[in-house]
Amino acid sequence: MSGSIDAMVARYRSIVLIRRFEERVQSLFRAGRVPGLTHLCIGQEAVAVGVCAALAPGDRIASTHRGHGHCLAMGADPERLMAEILGRATGYGGGRGGSMHVFDAENGNLGTNGIVGGAVPLGLGAALAARRQGTGGVAVAFFGDGAMNQGVVLECFNMAALWKLPLVLVCEHNGYGEFTASDEVTAGDLAERGAAFALPVEDIDGMDVETVHAAARAAVARARGGEGPTLLFCRAWRFSGHHAGDAQDYKADAETLAWRARDPLPRQRARIVEAGGPSSAALDRLEAEVAAVVEAAARGALAAPEPHRPLTEGLFA
Amino acid sequence: MTGALGEMTFRDAVIAALAEEMERDADVILIGEDVGPAGGVFHQTKGLFGRFGAERVIDTPISEAGFIGMAVGAAMSGLRPVTEVMFGDFITLGTDLLVNQAAKVHWMSGGQFQVPLVVRTAVGVGASTGPQHAQSFHSWFAHVPGLKVVFPSNPGDAKAMMKGAIRDDNPVLFFEDRMSYGMRGGVGGCDVVLAPGTAAVVRPGRDLSFVALGQMVPRALAAAARLSARGVEAEVVDLRSLVPLDEATVVASVRRTNRVVVLDPGCIGFGAGAEIAARVQELAFDWLDAPVLRMGAAQVPVPFAPALERQVLPDAEAIAARAVTMINGGKGNAS
Repeated sequence: MSGSIDAMVARYRSIVLIRRFEERVQSLFRAGRVPGLTHLCIGQEAVAVGVCAALAPGDRIASTHRGHGHCLAMGADPERLMAEILGRATGYGGGRGGSMHVFDAENGNLGTNGIVGGAVPLGLGAALAARRQGTGGVAVAFFGDGAMNQGVVLECFNMAALWKLPLVLVCEHNGYGEFTASDEVTAGDLAERGAAFALPVEDIDGMDVETVHAAARAAVARARGGEGPTLLFCRAWRFSGHHAGDAQDYKADAETLAWRARDPLPRQRARIVEAGGPSSAALDRLEAEVAAVVEAAARGALAAPEPHRPLTEGLFA
Repeated sequence: MTGALGEMTFRDAVIAALAEEMERDADVILIGEDVGPAGGVFHQTKGLFGRFGAERVIDTPISEAGFIGMAVGAAMSGLRPVTEVMFGDFITLGTDLLVNQAAKVHWMSGGQFQVPLVVRTAVGVGASTGPQHAQSFHSWFAHVPGLKVVFPSNPGDAKAMMKGAIRDDNPVLFFEDRMSYGMRGGVGGCDVVLAPGTAAVVRPGRDLSFVALGQMVPRALAAAARLSARGVEAEVVDLRSLVPLDEATVVASVRRTNRVVVLDPGCIGFGAGAEIAARVQELAFDWLDAPVLRMGAAQVPVPFAPALERQVLPDAEAIAARAVTMINGGKGNAS
């Protein structure tokens, strides 16, 4: 496994932050405080954390409709993120975008995206810009297994591989496109599609942050070194529904139980303890600190004013 | 150099604009099908590959959605891409990237990101390119909040407006009428830049106004010449830009002439002409002596056979005849 104990603990902290944040969004949703739709990534935190921890300042990501974890893993301020999800003036977009349209330019985040597969062309463009500008920067495009049946995604695989652009393509394969199992709507094996574009594929356990991180580091190094894109095919599971109000009647209980055993949060905690890292008590304290951060973020966001900028202001730059 | 470059074709005027802007700003790149060594299917990018190389003049696969989306991402990341869609009809393949990404990013990010992107595309009725290679969707994009839409009608404007579009910090759709590519006209030098949003009175008149766009401008001018021979002086306003729309120039013309025929190279139904007619009535109703008339492309796909295609857009004679009917008090509200 790559990195020191400290780095493993940092990744653990990041997983805990995303988990607690999403749980807080869920509770606010149930209390009727979250307008509209919101898509939680509980269970898939290891992908966001493992990948984003492999990036350097100046690198860029483009995210999905299930993107709170990507935002936080890139360093977003939890309170501004929560405020956007709640439609408040202090949110990243001043309440104009909401959960599916959170942008964070300062941290290189080209946005969560309400269009399935939308991040892939944007990430491709960010990679093209990085090459043109000679920054040495890398771009990451996140997408789900559902997006792998979008034509534009395959078009972008072709261009990324053809031009060897500094891009990492991260498929978060959680087995379901909305309420429909991936297998029911997909011919062939998704991971094998990379070979058609001469695109290296790493088919990995997306529930283990260290596995994801090691693969992401290698992919980022390849991209930065001019060797082109990699498809990280991360097999994961969302414990939360497609959206916050989804009871998931379409999933079998046995399947969910089997994946529960692979929950990335306790897994990373156990690994740290086994490796002789901080004590269980110290990790409890870390978890309590993170919970306090999330609670403060929620309180701040709930207290924030409704959007006040005029509706049509800033339509054009 | 600020003076006039002299006369050149519409095609060469756009190439000159691209070359000047690429020379001036290393972030400007050109992306599209056959734009590289081939120089464009209509020779509309000729010479640029040789001058700026493969890093800046990028031949793409036939993947409109993918490369338009790539251009959006590149624009969000600091480049100023000019993306070419070979035939205007093909823009439908990349429309999601324009409507859901490019148009919305600046606004929904709270101003954190800009999308300085130009999408140039060739449209045009009159070359028997048939139903899937001749339609113009400029009105569709004018309907979308966050997109600018321009449509020059002559070489001088084409050059200045391409430069203005490239320097704009927003997504700009730049429609070019293929039938105008060989049109010759005077063009300005490096510093002649026209930002989206200004119309021009290209022929003064007192009896009625033709408010025209793209290929309808030369037709309106030809109709005005016919009318002049019969003692009717038509003013011709070249809209040049749909978004932003230069309402002031249109309204000033209506106040002078009290009659308006709107001439749109796109289909009439639910089109740009309808929007302009509505705004004229909102802003200048008291100055109107007759209902606003619309003329434009027939509400059909553009046919292939020359004998059919000729019937799609009203010619100078048909435009002049409608104007005469209008001045004589007839309604003639059907096209």
